[in-house]
Amino acid sequence: MRIPILKLHHYLLVSIQIELDDQTAINFQEDLLDKIHKSGATGVVIDLTSVDMIDSFIAKVLGDVVSMSDLMGAKVVLTGIQPAVAVTLIDLGIHLQNVPTALDLEQGLIKLRQELEE
Amino acid sequence: MITKSSVHIKKEWDIVGARQMGRELAKDLGFGTVDQARITTAISELARNIYLYAGSGQIMFEIVEDLNKKGLKIIAVDKGPGIQDVSKVMEDGFSTSGGLGAGLPGVKRLMDYFDIDSAPDKGTVITTIKWVR
Repeated sequence: MRIPILKLHHYLLVSIQIELDDQTAINFQEDLLDKIHKSGATGVVIDLTSVDMIDSFIAKVLGDVVSMSDLMGAKVVLTGIQPAVAVTLIDLGIHLQNVPTALDLEQGLIKLRQELEE
Repeated sequence: MITKSSVHIKKEWDIVGARQMGRELAKDLGFGTVDQARITTAISELARNIYLYAGSGQIMFEIVEDLNKKGLKIIAVDKGPGIQDVSKVMEDGFSTSGGLGAGLPGVKRLMDYFDIDSAPDKGTVITTIKWVR
């Protein structure tokens, strides 16, 4: 299963709407880096509004893709993390401290624009 | 009343199957959304451990009743290599797989009851319970 990655001006938009299994998460990581490379995007928003569970593996994949994109020169913002998911992540001991987040897609785009000073 | 069901863990996709079954059971039992997420996440961690370290095993579900409370018992069973040092795997940040090392200590925090029984070459049985509040 592949997660669609949409291009909007200099940004890439991703909305994860499926139940994430490990392989899909890893494929997504590769697809996103590839798309950043090909499109020259400077910012990415990954919207997690429809994701009802993030375990330690998926958290690691998401945290890693933020660092990897950063190495390539693209800023990633995670948006829409649900209350139940936030509680569970902290219970798990996962703080995702260096990962930029925003309440929703709209706030995520504002945050990207600020960070990239456009 | 004891209702039992189980999911065999053989393929990576079975991790998703186990947590979907767990979420359905948790929803039916009346757990709130936060506890549903806790239960689903705990199942995901347990099922992934089976898949990664034992190759195959089982996640079993039981609805348990104790006096006037109801809960969901989740048992993860495998006949894999077992755990050499149980206290070590219960340390935060300890990982042999390059993961975040949040797995088992995380599961313990997510659930209300946690017990682990494991010995080298004898496999592992992890029993957890979450009570409906």
